[in-house]
Amino acid sequence: MHIMEGFLPAKHAVAWSAASAPFVAYGIYSIKKRVIEHPEQRMLLGVATAFTFVLSALKIPSVTGSCSHPTGTGFGALLFGPATMAPLGAIVLLFQAILLAHGGLTTLGANIFSMAIVGPFAAYGIFRMAQAIKLPFGLSVFLAAALGDLLTYVTTSLQLALAFPDPVGGFTASLAKFAGIFALTQIPLAASEGFLTVLVFNALARYNARELQSMNLPVPQEVKA
Amino acid sequence: MKRYQNISLIIAVIVLALIPLVTVQRPEPGPDGKKVEIFAGADGQAEDLIKQIVPDYKPWFEPFFEPPSGEIESLLFALQAALGAGFIGYYLGSAATRSRLQKELNRPRVD
Repeated sequence: MHIMEGFLPAKHAVAWSAASAPFVAYGIYSIKKRVIEHPEQRMLLGVATAFTFVLSALKIPSVTGSCSHPTGTGFGALLFGPATMAPLGAIVLLFQAILLAHGGLTTLGANIFSMAIVGPFAAYGIFRMAQAIKLPFGLSVFLAAALGDLLTYVTTSLQLALAFPDPVGGFTASLAKFAGIFALTQIPLAASEGFLTVLVFNALARYNARELQSMNLPVPQEVKA
Repeated sequence: MKRYQNISLIIAVIVLALIPLVTVQRPEPGPDGKKVEIFAGADGQAEDLIKQIVPDYKPWFEPFFEPPSGEIESLLFALQAALGAGFIGYYLGSAATRSRLQKELNRPRVD
Protein backbone atom coordinates (compact mmCIF):
# COMPACT_ATOMS: atom_id res chain seq x y z
CA MET A 1 0.00 0.00 0.00
CA HIS A 2 3.01 2.30 -0.10
CA ILE A 3 2.63 4.89 -2.79
CA MET A 4 6.18 5.51 -3.92
CA GLU A 5 7.98 8.81 -3.42
CA GLY A 6 6.95 11.40 -5.99
CA PHE A 7 4.24 9.19 -7.46
CA LEU A 8 1.30 11.34 -6.42
CA PRO A 9 0.75 14.65 -8.24
CA ALA A 10 1.61 17.55 -5.94
CA LYS A 11 -2.02 18.65 -5.47
CA HIS A 12 -3.05 15.15 -4.36
CA ALA A 13 -0.03 14.85 -2.09
CA VAL A 14 -0.91 18.12 -0.36
CA ALA A 15 -4.61 17.25 -0.10
CA TRP A 16 -3.98 13.85 1.51
CA SER A 17 -1.45 15.34 3.90
CA ALA A 18 -3.99 17.97 4.92
CA ALA A 19 -6.60 15.26 5.40
CA SER A 20 -4.29 13.17 7.59
CA ALA A 21 -2.86 15.96 9.72
CA PRO A 22 -5.84 16.49 12.07
CA PHE A 23 -6.06 12.74 12.80
CA VAL A 24 -2.36 12.57 13.63
CA ALA A 25 -2.63 15.70 15.79
CA TYR A 26 -5.66 14.39 17.67
CA GLY A 27 -3.96 11.00 18.02
CA ILE A 28 -0.89 12.60 19.63
CA TYR A 29 -3.16 14.57 22.00
CA SER A 30 -5.08 11.42 22.98
CA ILE A 31 -1.87 9.44 23.56
CA LYS A 32 -0.47 12.22 25.79
CA LYS A 33 -3.68 12.27 27.78
CA ARG A 34 -3.71 8.50 28.09
CA VAL A 35 -0.10 8.31 29.27
CA ILE A 36 -0.84 10.88 32.00
CA GLU A 37 -4.02 9.13 33.14
CA HIS A 38 -2.82 5.56 32.75
CA PRO A 39 0.99 5.49 32.81
CA GLU A 40 0.84 1.69 33.12
CA GLN A 41 -0.47 1.50 29.53
CA ARG A 42 2.77 2.88 28.07
CA MET A 43 4.19 -0.58 27.47
CA LEU A 44 1.04 -1.70 25.71
CA LEU A 45 1.23 1.36 23.43
CA GLY A 46 4.72 0.15 22.60
CA VAL A 47 3.37 -3.30 21.82
CA ALA A 48 0.79 -1.82 19.42
CA THR A 49 3.56 0.07 17.61
CA ALA A 50 5.81 -2.98 17.63
CA PHE A 51 3.07 -5.15 16.13
CA THR A 52 2.76 -2.71 13.21
CA PHE A 53 6.55 -2.67 12.87
CA VAL A 54 6.69 -6.45 12.52
CA LEU A 55 3.68 -6.96 10.31
CA SER A 56 4.47 -4.20 7.86
CA ALA A 57 8.01 -5.58 7.44
CA LEU A 58 6.76 -9.00 6.36
CA LYS A 59 6.45 -9.27 2.59
CA ILE A 60 4.29 -12.31 2.07
CA PRO A 61 3.61 -14.01 -1.28
CA SER A 62 0.00 -14.10 -2.45
CA VAL A 63 -1.99 -16.20 -4.91
CA THR A 64 -1.88 -13.38 -7.48
CA GLY A 65 1.85 -14.02 -7.93
CA SER A 66 2.95 -10.85 -6.22
CA CYS A 67 4.01 -9.97 -2.70
CA SER A 68 2.50 -7.56 -0.24
CA HIS A 69 2.48 -7.02 3.49
CA PRO A 70 -0.08 -6.80 6.30
CA THR A 71 -0.32 -3.55 8.27
CA GLY A 72 -0.88 -4.55 11.89
CA THR A 73 -2.89 -1.42 12.68
CA GLY A 74 -6.13 -3.15 13.64
CA PHE A 75 -4.63 -4.51 16.87
CA GLY A 76 -3.80 -1.10 18.33
CA ALA A 77 -7.10 0.34 17.12
CA LEU A 78 -9.02 -2.27 19.14
CA LEU A 79 -6.89 -1.64 22.23
CA PHE A 80 -6.71 2.16 22.24
CA GLY A 81 -9.29 3.36 19.75
CA PRO A 82 -8.62 4.23 16.13
CA ALA A 83 -7.22 7.77 16.54
CA THR A 84 -4.25 6.48 18.54
CA MET A 85 -3.03 4.50 15.55
CA ALA A 86 -2.67 7.57 13.30
CA PRO A 87 0.59 8.81 14.90
CA LEU A 88 1.81 5.27 15.66
CA GLY A 89 1.29 4.18 12.05
CA ALA A 90 2.90 7.43 10.92
CA ILE A 91 6.07 6.52 12.85
CA VAL A 92 6.31 3.21 10.98
CA LEU A 93 5.65 4.85 7.62
CA LEU A 94 8.22 7.55 8.34
CA PHE A 95 10.83 4.90 9.24
CA GLN A 96 10.16 3.12 5.94
CA ALA A 97 10.09 6.33 3.90
CA ILE A 98 13.39 7.65 5.27
CA LEU A 99 15.48 4.49 5.66
CA LEU A 100 14.00 2.10 3.10
CA ALA A 101 12.86 4.42 0.29
CA HIS A 102 9.60 2.56 0.74
CA GLY A 103 6.78 5.01 0.38
CA GLY A 104 7.96 8.59 0.65
CA LEU A 105 7.74 11.97 2.30
CA THR A 106 5.53 13.48 -0.41
CA THR A 107 3.22 10.46 -0.28
CA LEU A 108 3.39 10.14 3.52
CA GLY A 109 0.02 11.87 4.00
CA ALA A 110 -1.74 9.56 1.55
CA ASN A 111 -0.08 6.48 3.04
CA ILE A 112 -0.96 7.56 6.59
CA PHE A 113 -4.54 8.06 5.46
CA SER A 114 -4.89 4.51 4.10
CA MET A 115 -2.83 2.57 6.64
CA ALA A 116 -3.06 4.56 9.86
CA ILE A 117 -6.52 6.14 9.54
CA VAL A 118 -8.88 4.16 7.28
CA GLY A 119 -7.54 0.78 8.41
CA PRO A 120 -7.82 1.46 12.17
CA PHE A 121 -11.20 3.25 11.94
CA ALA A 122 -12.61 0.42 9.81
CA ALA A 123 -11.23 -2.20 12.21
CA TYR A 124 -12.67 -0.38 15.23
CA GLY A 125 -16.09 0.09 13.60
CA ILE A 126 -16.28 -3.52 12.43
CA PHE A 127 -15.28 -4.76 15.89
CA ARG A 128 -18.03 -2.67 17.55
CA MET A 129 -20.61 -3.93 15.03
CA ALA A 130 -19.53 -7.54 15.44
CA GLN A 131 -19.81 -7.19 19.23
CA ALA A 132 -23.21 -5.51 18.90
CA ILE A 133 -24.60 -8.51 17.05
CA LYS A 134 -23.02 -10.74 19.72
CA LEU A 135 -20.39 -12.46 17.62
CA PRO A 136 -17.76 -14.26 19.71
CA PHE A 137 -14.82 -12.07 20.81
CA GLY A 138 -12.21 -13.93 18.74
CA LEU A 139 -14.28 -13.82 15.56
CA SER A 140 -14.92 -10.10 16.06
CA VAL A 141 -11.18 -9.48 16.41
CA PHE A 142 -10.47 -11.54 13.30
CA LEU A 143 -13.05 -9.74 11.15
CA ALA A 144 -11.95 -6.32 12.40
CA ALA A 145 -8.24 -6.88 11.74
CA ALA A 146 -8.70 -8.66 8.41
CA LEU A 147 -11.22 -6.23 6.92
CA GLY A 148 -9.34 -3.20 8.25
CA ASP A 149 -6.23 -4.50 6.49
CA LEU A 150 -8.15 -5.08 3.25
CA LEU A 151 -9.79 -1.65 3.35
CA THR A 152 -6.37 -0.03 3.69
CA TYR A 153 -5.45 -1.51 0.33
CA VAL A 154 -8.79 -0.55 -1.21
CA THR A 155 -8.07 3.01 -0.06
CA THR A 156 -4.66 2.97 -1.74
CA SER A 157 -6.34 1.80 -4.96
CA LEU A 158 -8.88 4.66 -4.67
CA GLN A 159 -6.12 7.21 -4.07
CA LEU A 160 -4.19 6.07 -7.14
CA ALA A 161 -7.31 5.85 -9.32
CA LEU A 162 -8.23 9.43 -8.33
CA ALA A 163 -4.75 10.63 -9.22
CA PHE A 164 -4.39 8.56 -12.40
CA PRO A 165 -7.76 8.01 -14.09
CA ASP A 166 -7.60 5.76 -17.14
CA PRO A 167 -7.49 7.79 -20.40
CA VAL A 168 -10.31 5.62 -21.80
CA GLY A 169 -12.35 4.23 -18.91
CA GLY A 170 -11.68 7.05 -16.45
CA PHE A 171 -11.70 6.63 -12.70
CA THR A 172 -13.66 3.35 -12.63
CA ALA A 173 -11.42 1.51 -15.08
CA SER A 174 -8.36 2.77 -13.26
CA LEU A 175 -9.78 1.72 -9.89
CA ALA A 176 -10.40 -1.80 -11.21
CA LYS A 177 -6.77 -2.01 -12.36
CA PHE A 178 -5.25 -0.74 -9.12
CA ALA A 179 -7.60 -2.84 -7.02
CA GLY A 180 -6.53 -5.83 -9.12
CA ILE A 181 -2.97 -5.24 -7.95
CA PHE A 182 -3.61 -4.25 -4.34
CA ALA A 183 -6.94 -5.54 -3.06
CA LEU A 184 -6.90 -9.00 -4.70
CA THR A 185 -3.34 -9.69 -3.60
CA GLN A 186 -4.26 -8.60 -0.12
CA ILE A 187 -7.14 -11.03 0.52
CA PRO A 188 -5.08 -13.96 1.87
CA LEU A 189 -2.75 -11.55 3.66
CA ALA A 190 -5.70 -9.87 5.33
CA ALA A 191 -6.78 -13.28 6.63
CA SER A 192 -3.24 -13.80 7.95
CA GLU A 193 -3.35 -10.46 9.73
CA GLY A 194 -6.68 -11.48 11.27
CA PHE A 195 -5.22 -14.75 12.54
CA LEU A 196 -2.09 -13.08 13.96
CA THR A 197 -4.17 -10.41 15.71
CA VAL A 198 -6.33 -13.08 17.38
CA LEU A 199 -3.11 -14.84 18.40
CA VAL A 200 -1.75 -11.75 20.16
CA PHE A 201 -5.11 -11.09 21.83
CA ASN A 202 -5.09 -14.67 23.11
CA ALA A 203 -1.70 -14.06 24.70
CA LEU A 204 -2.84 -10.76 26.22
CA ALA A 205 -6.07 -12.29 27.52
CA ARG A 206 -4.06 -15.01 29.22
CA TYR A 207 -1.48 -12.84 30.97
CA ASN A 208 -2.95 -9.34 30.98
CA ALA A 209 -6.67 -9.96 31.34
CA ARG A 210 -7.07 -7.33 34.06
CA GLU A 211 -5.39 -4.66 31.95
CA LEU A 212 -7.61 -5.44 28.97
CA GLN A 213 -10.72 -5.31 31.12
CA SER A 214 -9.68 -1.94 32.51
CA MET A 215 -9.61 -0.73 28.89
CA ASN A 216 -13.26 -1.68 28.42
CA LEU A 217 -12.51 -4.61 26.16
CA PRO A 218 -14.97 -7.38 26.84
CA VAL A 219 -12.27 -10.02 27.07
CA PRO A 220 -13.57 -13.40 28.12
CA GLN A 221 -11.27 -15.40 30.37
CA GLU A 222 -10.58 -17.69 27.44
CA VAL A 223 -10.71 -16.10 24.02
CA LYS A 224 -12.41 -18.18 21.38
CA ALA A 225 -12.20 -17.77 17.62
CA MET B 1 -10.45 -27.08 20.59
CA LYS B 2 -9.18 -24.22 22.71
CA ARG B 3 -5.98 -26.10 23.40
CA TYR B 4 -5.08 -26.24 19.74
CA GLN B 5 -6.37 -22.82 18.78
CA ASN B 6 -3.09 -20.91 18.89
CA ILE B 7 -1.15 -23.57 17.05
CA SER B 8 -3.93 -23.78 14.41
CA LEU B 9 -3.73 -20.01 13.92
CA ILE B 10 0.03 -20.20 13.35
CA ILE B 11 -0.34 -23.10 10.94
CA ALA B 12 -3.07 -21.23 9.01
CA VAL B 13 -0.75 -18.23 8.52
CA ILE B 14 2.10 -20.45 7.32
CA VAL B 15 -0.16 -22.42 4.96
CA LEU B 16 -1.61 -19.20 3.48
CA ALA B 17 1.94 -18.06 2.70
CA LEU B 18 2.97 -21.44 1.26
CA ILE B 19 0.00 -22.04 -1.07
CA PRO B 20 1.04 -19.37 -3.62
CA LEU B 21 4.58 -20.79 -3.78
CA VAL B 22 3.08 -24.04 -5.02
CA THR B 23 0.16 -22.82 -7.13
CA VAL B 24 1.68 -19.83 -8.94
CA GLN B 25 3.50 -21.00 -12.07
CA ARG B 26 6.26 -18.96 -13.62
CA PRO B 27 5.12 -17.87 -17.11
CA GLU B 28 7.22 -18.93 -20.09
CA PRO B 29 10.12 -16.56 -20.76
CA GLY B 30 9.28 -13.82 -23.27
CA PRO B 31 11.02 -13.37 -26.65
CA ASP B 32 14.08 -11.90 -24.93
CA GLY B 33 14.61 -15.23 -23.18
CA LYS B 34 14.72 -13.62 -19.72
CA LYS B 35 13.04 -15.33 -16.81
CA VAL B 36 9.75 -13.65 -15.95
CA GLU B 37 9.88 -12.20 -12.45
CA ILE B 38 7.19 -13.51 -10.11
CA PHE B 39 6.29 -12.48 -6.57
CA ALA B 40 7.34 -8.91 -7.22
CA GLY B 41 6.06 -6.31 -4.77
CA ALA B 42 2.55 -4.95 -5.33
CA ASP B 43 3.87 -1.43 -4.68
CA GLY B 44 6.27 -1.76 -7.61
CA GLN B 45 3.53 -3.15 -9.86
CA ALA B 46 1.37 -0.13 -9.06
CA GLU B 47 4.30 2.08 -10.08
CA ASP B 48 4.48 0.24 -13.43
CA LEU B 49 0.73 0.64 -13.90
CA ILE B 50 1.01 4.40 -13.31
CA LYS B 51 3.69 4.60 -16.00
CA GLN B 52 1.39 2.63 -18.30
CA ILE B 53 -1.65 4.88 -17.71
CA VAL B 54 0.31 8.14 -17.85
CA PRO B 55 3.45 7.31 -19.87
CA ASP B 56 4.94 10.79 -19.50
CA TYR B 57 4.46 11.01 -15.70
CA LYS B 58 7.67 12.04 -14.02
CA PRO B 59 8.02 11.50 -10.26
CA TRP B 60 8.59 15.01 -8.95
CA PHE B 61 10.46 14.04 -5.82
CA GLU B 62 13.24 11.56 -5.15
CA PRO B 63 13.99 9.77 -1.88
CA PHE B 64 16.96 11.32 -0.06
CA PHE B 65 18.38 7.92 0.73
CA GLU B 66 17.87 4.60 -0.97
CA PRO B 67 19.31 1.32 0.28
CA PRO B 68 22.35 0.88 -1.97
CA SER B 69 21.52 -2.78 -2.65
CA GLY B 70 18.87 -5.43 -2.16
CA GLU B 71 21.00 -6.91 0.62
CA ILE B 72 21.00 -3.68 2.58
CA GLU B 73 17.30 -3.26 2.00
CA SER B 74 16.67 -6.72 3.45
CA LEU B 75 18.95 -5.83 6.37
CA LEU B 76 16.78 -2.82 7.18
CA PHE B 77 13.54 -4.80 6.82
CA ALA B 78 14.94 -7.52 9.08
CA LEU B 79 15.93 -4.83 11.57
CA GLN B 80 12.41 -3.40 11.49
CA ALA B 81 10.87 -6.82 12.14
CA ALA B 82 13.44 -7.67 14.82
CA LEU B 83 12.80 -4.45 16.75
CA GLY B 84 9.07 -5.10 16.74
CA ALA B 85 9.27 -8.80 17.56
CA GLY B 86 11.86 -8.18 20.26
CA PHE B 87 9.65 -5.67 22.03
CA ILE B 88 6.55 -7.89 21.84
CA GLY B 89 8.56 -10.86 23.10
CA TYR B 90 9.92 -8.85 26.03
CA TYR B 91 6.46 -7.62 26.95
CA LEU B 92 4.80 -11.04 26.78
CA GLY B 93 7.72 -12.65 28.59
CA SER B 94 7.52 -10.24 31.48
CA ALA B 95 3.73 -10.44 31.57
CA ALA B 96 3.87 -14.25 31.72
CA THR B 97 6.44 -14.17 34.52
CA ARG B 98 4.46 -11.59 36.49
CA SER B 99 1.27 -13.63 36.28
CA ARG B 100 3.16 -16.79 37.34
CA LEU B 101 4.74 -15.06 40.34
CA GLN B 102 1.39 -13.60 41.36
CA LYS B 103 -0.18 -17.04 41.28
CA GLU B 104 2.61 -18.36 43.50
CA LEU B 105 2.12 -15.50 45.96
CA ASN B 106 -1.61 -16.11 46.14
CA ARG B 107 -1.22 -19.81 46.79
CA PRO B 108 -2.33 -20.54 50.37
CA ARG B 109 0.57 -21.38 52.67
CA VAL B 110 0.59 -24.83 54.18
CA ASP B 111 2.85 -24.07 57.18
